[in-house]
Amino acid sequence: MSASILIIAEHDGAALGIGTAKCVACAATVPQAEITIVVCASDASAVARQAAALQGVSRVLTVEHPIHAHPLAAAIAPQIAALAGPYTHVLGPSSTFGKDVMPRIAALLDTAQVSDIMAVEGPHRFRRPIYAGNAIVTVAVPEDTKVVGTVRTASFHAAAAGGTAPIEKVDAPVEPPQHTRFVSTSAATSDRPDLQTAARVISGGRALGSAEAFQMLYQLADKLGAAVGASRAAVDAGYAPNELQVGQTGKIIAPDLYVAVGISGAIQHLTGIKDARTIVAINKDPEAPIFEVADLGLVGDLFEIVPQIEQLL
Amino acid sequence: MMKRIVVGIKRVVDYNVRIRIKPDGSGVVLDGVKMSVNPFDEIALEEALRIKERGLAEEVIVATIGPPDCQSQLRTCLAMGADRAVHVLSDAPTEPLTTAHILLKLIEREQPFLVLLGKQAIDEDNGQTGQMLAALWQRPQATFASKIELAEGKAQVTREVDAGLEILEVDLPAVVTVDLRLNEPRYVKLPEIMKAKKKPLESLSLESLGVTPRAHLTTVRVAAPPQRQKGIRVDNAAALVAALKEKGLLPS
Repeated sequence: MSASILIIAEHDGAALGIGTAKCVACAATVPQAEITIVVCASDASAVARQAAALQGVSRVLTVEHPIHAHPLAAAIAPQIAALAGPYTHVLGPSSTFGKDVMPRIAALLDTAQVSDIMAVEGPHRFRRPIYAGNAIVTVAVPEDTKVVGTVRTASFHAAAAGGTAPIEKVDAPVEPPQHTRFVSTSAATSDRPDLQTAARVISGGRALGSAEAFQMLYQLADKLGAAVGASRAAVDAGYAPNELQVGQTGKIIAPDLYVAVGISGAIQHLTGIKDARTIVAINKDPEAPIFEVADLGLVGDLFEIVPQIEQLL
Repeated sequence: MMKRIVVGIKRVVDYNVRIRIKPDGSGVVLDGVKMSVNPFDEIALEEALRIKERGLAEEVIVATIGPPDCQSQLRTCLAMGADRAVHVLSDAPTEPLTTAHILLKLIEREQPFLVLLGKQAIDEDNGQTGQMLAALWQRPQATFASKIELAEGKAQVTREVDAGLEILEVDLPAVVTVDLRLNEPRYVKLPEIMKAKKKPLESLSLESLGVTPRAHLTTVRVAAPPQRQKGIRVDNAAALVAALKEKGLLPS
């Protein structure tokens, strides 16, 4: 039996999100998968070209409507539900975008959702983390049931470019509801690498003690070409903005190098960094749980160590 | 009509518990483990109570679905300040879609102007129920809320999204799922626990609501995650930088 997989593109109107390429990589591990990407946008042309260039993609569909200028789940879900008929699987990234829209699609299709797929064991069998990643469950979806799922992006390498899939424009199948309206977004613009895709990440915790102390991490990050992250405690305390939070309820990341500075290592934080290739912990408490997962641990005062490292680079 | 808020809560393994997996891989050990209100749901309830305290709601109803033991978590919510509780009895855990169908039945009964839920439960980490409920109810959803402002017939919700903060305006009634930084739930004081024992707690069967639970997903097995290799300690910054260089982890 072959699989026909529909992936919902995540984008900002201009650029395709990395999560979509990760979904393609996940879908490609389903045997004999034919992969279609659907782009809902006010003007889909630029994003559709990027989607069509992903290796393994057979076809790109575009649904254009002014309401899709912003990613509103209530507007996107009915379009996707109307298009989903012929597909065996409907996938989206496990980003805040995918987490918002995919369950709404699943409910409209009257089916369950498999959240945070980390491995595909068969067309209807998936592994996913539960209990903040402290257990891994294998779940099976009945063979005759459409699979709706979100893809845990840290578990997959992004599909490469180099494909040339055809792009087809489809008429918006439904008139979206008007009860939900986009007002504004405050995205911090930064020249630093994106937290979710950076090869190196420096994260700070409560022990930093202030937003000013976080500047020290930004300086080190700039020298390392790294992104900056933060623990929940640091974000709660106002030392760093929410989009930097790493962990169960923040971002799940998989950099080559993760440096945890003054982070004790609550299980909710550790679940966000499990897939990092090398974890470095700097903490003055030798008993901090972060040392249980660290490949390299350094016990000491971060206010002395961080500037020393910066000097040594 | 009375201005009501419905808050959905789930009984989960307390967030401080280190879970154990059953040796036969059939699930997680729940016997004798401390259970609590899902922390995100507590934040949802706190928000409902604050809205009521500002005079923008008249009644806060807390609802859960689960075995008889859930009453203890509902009592906690009543002690926090909910006006009454509804307990839908189900011995088996319900999948999010079934949970959403049950909540929809309660909504049809209670006619709330706002439904507040946690953005996810910390046991299954599904993060689906609110969005599914909004879809079935054909109403707006605002997920991952860190701020909720109510106006006549509308709500402005600030959402924590990957890029930063997003503000949506939704017509009411709507479903809002809440994130960690929305508020800090209050502590329950002893007199309130005593008072909560007299507050109404209604038990309903699934049959009486006309919902037949469906299980779409089968659990094949539950296993422990792969453990990381034990690392090494270095003595100082120089040794750390040297080790990182050796591993080829520093930019050239």
